[in-house]
Amino acid sequence: MKKRELILGIMGLTIIWQVTALVVDSPILPGPIEVGNVFVSELTTGLAIHFLVSLWRVLISVVLAVVVAAPLGIILGQSKRLDHIISPIVYVLYPIPKIVFLPIILLFLGIGDVPKIFIIFLILFFQILVLVRDNARNIDTKTILSVKSLGAGRRALFRYVYLPASLPAILTALRQSVGTAVAVLYIAELFATQRGLGYYIYLNGNTLFNYPAMYAGVVAMSLLGLGMYFTVDWLEKRVCPWQYLS
Amino acid sequence: MITLTDLAFSYPQSTPVFQDFRWHVAQEETWAVLGPSGCGKSTLLYLLAGLLQPSSGQVLIAGKAQSGSRPKTGLILQDYGLLPWATARKNVILGLDIRRFYGPDGKHTPDDFDVDTHEKRADYWMNRLGLTAHSNKYPAQMSGGQRQRVAVARTLALDPDLLLMDEPFSSLDAPTRSRLQDQTFELSQEQQLTMIIVTHSIEEAVIMGEKILLLGQPPNRLAHIYDNPQANNRRYKESAAFFALCHLLRQEMETPT
Repeated sequence: MKKRELILGIMGLTIIWQVTALVVDSPILPGPIEVGNVFVSELTTGLAIHFLVSLWRVLISVVLAVVVAAPLGIILGQSKRLDHIISPIVYVLYPIPKIVFLPIILLFLGIGDVPKIFIIFLILFFQILVLVRDNARNIDTKTILSVKSLGAGRRALFRYVYLPASLPAILTALRQSVGTAVAVLYIAELFATQRGLGYYIYLNGNTLFNYPAMYAGVVAMSLLGLGMYFTVDWLEKRVCPWQYLS
Repeated sequence: MITLTDLAFSYPQSTPVFQDFRWHVAQEETWAVLGPSGCGKSTLLYLLAGLLQPSSGQVLIAGKAQSGSRPKTGLILQDYGLLPWATARKNVILGLDIRRFYGPDGKHTPDDFDVDTHEKRADYWMNRLGLTAHSNKYPAQMSGGQRQRVAVARTLALDPDLLLMDEPFSSLDAPTRSRLQDQTFELSQEQQLTMIIVTHSIEEAVIMGEKILLLGQPPNRLAHIYDNPQANNRRYKESAAFFALCHLLRQEMETPT
């Protein structure tokens, strides 16, 4: 996506929003200018902190998920024996919407950041695990034999073949799941916390009835999702230039 | 250089590929291993490379029983096994990086291998094979011939004494193939390599192999060997002797053993 197209897209959406707000003419749908103003003023009075808290929760989940799921995926992709044991379990767990575990996770992990980070971690974990495993399974045998013949043992194969070969799969998994991760974060932040964009949106919308502030929170959450998505995109072009050859 | 004694090998639940198989390759010989598909020529190469272990018997290389891969054996496979995410230079330096990764441990890296000069070594081999201008290209951006040369540079940078090649020229167009056959032979002479080239092409075997090992349908028991001292002589390709040997090999390959 080119920068120009992106700006045009955002402008188009803002215009649709403005027109709809004028047509609906109700306090539950303030226009983008009003929301923009509130967004800026709210930033200094707390929205920025809620944003940072949410960002931190997502980021730490992403890092944990990559660090745990990617090596595990590579191991499963390499070892038929382990894969036979573990994959049926993964197969059953993979399609279950992890969000339904939230009440259980809250019971076990209590309040604070840990259950929120854990639920996002869980979603990303399966996504990365499955993609990296399938990718590792499909690495060309000739490539592996060739690198072995250059003297590589297990460790060097991991470092020089499996790890770089898995980067695109990791980034694809992230790209596919950051949207879900932010959505789940919203739900997770409705419970047992007084920080984070989820809390902020709910508080302003359902308790304070401060709709412009609620919208500012929605905008902040959208920016969080978009930012993550763009970062993954950018990383992919930087880290895997060979995937973008013409 | 290579001695196979009473070698036997079979894949699970199939006819043995080799049985009581004996073969000897002297130092600095250039051999072509010829045979139809399924005859076990690639299997033989993997056994020599230490990527497969014999069911019984021994693979002796430079006087030592083969167990796992040997640092001084170079292997080039049909599609070259280049890393798609690495540039030409990164691919050429890969083996050296792996050696530095382990350090001179005597197992993955020879004890006396100088891991500090490896940038220079890579540059030398890039230059020797005319790859310097293509340093930053990825394999997907290279021609078949360039990819083959990257594979050769990557292997020779490790200073091997034995070079094993599996159909190294089969995906190339005719002029490139002929040029790279000559170049490979020259390099093997210069580096005093013992070279084994596996091929299904009779012409290629006769062009490249000073000795030719013909394999048939498994199980292979006897090594059928043809001397071909004129191989790699440029004018030999047009001579009557060349065609006579090709003809003979074709007949041998067609008669069921």
